[in-house]
Amino acid sequence: MRLDPRFVELRASFRRFIIPATLGFLSWYLLYVMLSTYARDFMGQRLLGDINVAMLLGLLQFVTTFLIARRYARFAAARLDPISAELRAELEADDEERRATR
Amino acid sequence: MTARALAAGRLAAGPDLGGSAGRTLTIALFVALVIVTLGITVWARRNTSGRDDFYAGGRAFSGLQNGLALSGDYMSAASFLGIAGIIALSGYDGFLYSIGFLVAWLLTLVLVEMMRNSGRFTMADVLSSRARHQAPVRTAAAVSTLTVSVFYLLAQMVGAGALVALLLGIKPGETFLGMSAGQAKVATIVVVGILMIVYVTFGGMKGTTWVQIVKAVLLMGGTLLMTLLVLGRFGFNISHMLGSAAQASGKGTPFLEPGLKYGKVVPGNGFQTVVNKLDLISLGLALVLGTAGLPHILTRFYTVPNARAARTSVNWAIGIIGVFYLMTLALGFGAAALVGHKAIVAQDEAGNAAAPQLAQVLGSWIAGETGGAILLAFIAAVAFATILAVIAGLVLASSTSLAHDYFGHVLMFGRPRESQEVAVARFAAFLIGALAIVLAIFAQNLNVAFLVALAFAIAASANLPAIMLSLFWRRFNAKGATWGIYGGLLSSLVLVFFSPVVSGKIDPVTHASESLFPAGIDFHLFPLENPSLVSIPIGFACAIIGTLTSREPSDPEKYAELQVRALTGAGAQ
Repeated sequence: MRLDPRFVELRASFRRFIIPATLGFLSWYLLYVMLSTYARDFMGQRLLGDINVAMLLGLLQFVTTFLIARRYARFAAARLDPISAELRAELEADDEERRATR
Repeated sequence: MTARALAAGRLAAGPDLGGSAGRTLTIALFVALVIVTLGITVWARRNTSGRDDFYAGGRAFSGLQNGLALSGDYMSAASFLGIAGIIALSGYDGFLYSIGFLVAWLLTLVLVEMMRNSGRFTMADVLSSRARHQAPVRTAAAVSTLTVSVFYLLAQMVGAGALVALLLGIKPGETFLGMSAGQAKVATIVVVGILMIVYVTFGGMKGTTWVQIVKAVLLMGGTLLMTLLVLGRFGFNISHMLGSAAQASGKGTPFLEPGLKYGKVVPGNGFQTVVNKLDLISLGLALVLGTAGLPHILTRFYTVPNARAARTSVNWAIGIIGVFYLMTLALGFGAAALVGHKAIVAQDEAGNAAAPQLAQVLGSWIAGETGGAILLAFIAAVAFATILAVIAGLVLASSTSLAHDYFGHVLMFGRPRESQEVAVARFAAFLIGALAIVLAIFAQNLNVAFLVALAFAIAASANLPAIMLSLFWRRFNAKGATWGIYGGLLSSLVLVFFSPVVSGKIDPVTHASESLFPAGIDFHLFPLENPSLVSIPIGFACAIIGTLTSREPSDPEKYAELQVRALTGAGAQ
């Protein structure tokens, strides 16, 4: 099964999504923590009334989290679920067959 | 409380949080809540028979139901009262917690399917799937599950004692039903502890899940109501709310910027400034990497029928938890602006009463003093529900791990009778609950914030390396998993023990001790309060060294099998 081209493709596309996404959101979060730690003058700049850069960046962390979660859900439903359902059905059918012939 | 103080939107700094009529109402709501949750437990007991029911709630919850339960399991009293309090007193820095606690869920989201498919009931199922001999890995996982859960549990229970004493308005020197404040705290810890034992031993995962769903709905409803009232007060102008908060805090614009509480710059002490800043980064790491290693969150993934439903539930949880943390901004800054720094500190120095105090102010605008008492009682009941739901989840996760991993797989070599294992799980829940009650009574005067941070640090240092490497590293083996867990666990415990949290931190002005030990005892060797910056790398290093020095050859066959199972769900429960 692990050499089945569909499985290889499933694993590759899973990793193609989650590795860059994880590196992306972790570095964006760490950038935010670093700015809060070391760039306080920049974070304190006021943008709109009493809303400053720190508040805006904090809210953007929420926005990106929601967006990444939604993108991943859509990606998984469209690209991963169909292949994994197909492979699972075959694997389980194989198992049943083996059990029946035993 | 005078009419003028109300009109000014500020409470007089008095002991009358709630008043006596309010106290009766608060107790009535608490009792109602207890009756409802016990009703759920009785129902769940009738519908629980085997392991699948007790550990995994029959695996029949929908994505939305489990998403609500995940949120109910995760949003602790520390989030609700603690973050609102930190924002109310220290401004922006409280928001750092909210962000870390939310972003952490993305890591959980990308791992959830593989975790769901490769385990049955516990984290150890995943970790031991690569091992030829499961016992050492199972034991290690049970030890770290128990440690993380007990620290987290203590924090919640000690918090519950303080909170209930506070909400019922019992002050030192006063009595309530013949109990002093100290006795009332102990009584609360015992009652809360007995309730959680009852929920878990009788209700199992089904009962616990429904208690968490009810709590999540109550918490979101209460928080939404308060947020709308706060924003309405400021004409839905966020800048106006922030400006008023900064002004009322007495700290001006720094109140809206990072740095009042964490990563403080100490003038004239360059070393301490560097340490403070590293501490902030360390905390940031613990928050974002800890969640994916919390056992009580991981066991929830097995309550849904398949990996897809598990993913959907994490997506729901991200939405619910994200909205909740956004609303804590309104609660915290709202309390700073409308309750005022003086009144908050007068009630509780750590600010834990800020949210209930805000509820009283908001309610009194709608319907005078009665309105204030009603909204306060409601929010107090919500906080109580929050604590009950979280501790039930923690006790369930640790008793599941003890019964399934240690009893089932180590003592009974993986062949226990199912009924026997469930009986052990029930008994374990009783033991862990009793242990937590006793420890919490001893720990009741400790600062609880660090217990939560420590639980996250251990989860990130001990559990996360083993989980990640099990799922993604071909060569990983049993020795690596065991070393990684013990290495991360020990390093975080030892580093905290020798940190300023335990000894040697002194308030520069009052010279009072800010550590667990009194002033004068100082054996701190490690400068950071949060160990993650060092202990997470140690956890990974131990896991890698353990793997490479193992005499057991790596087993590519098992890795391939796990990959197929994790990604397709074939053969998963």
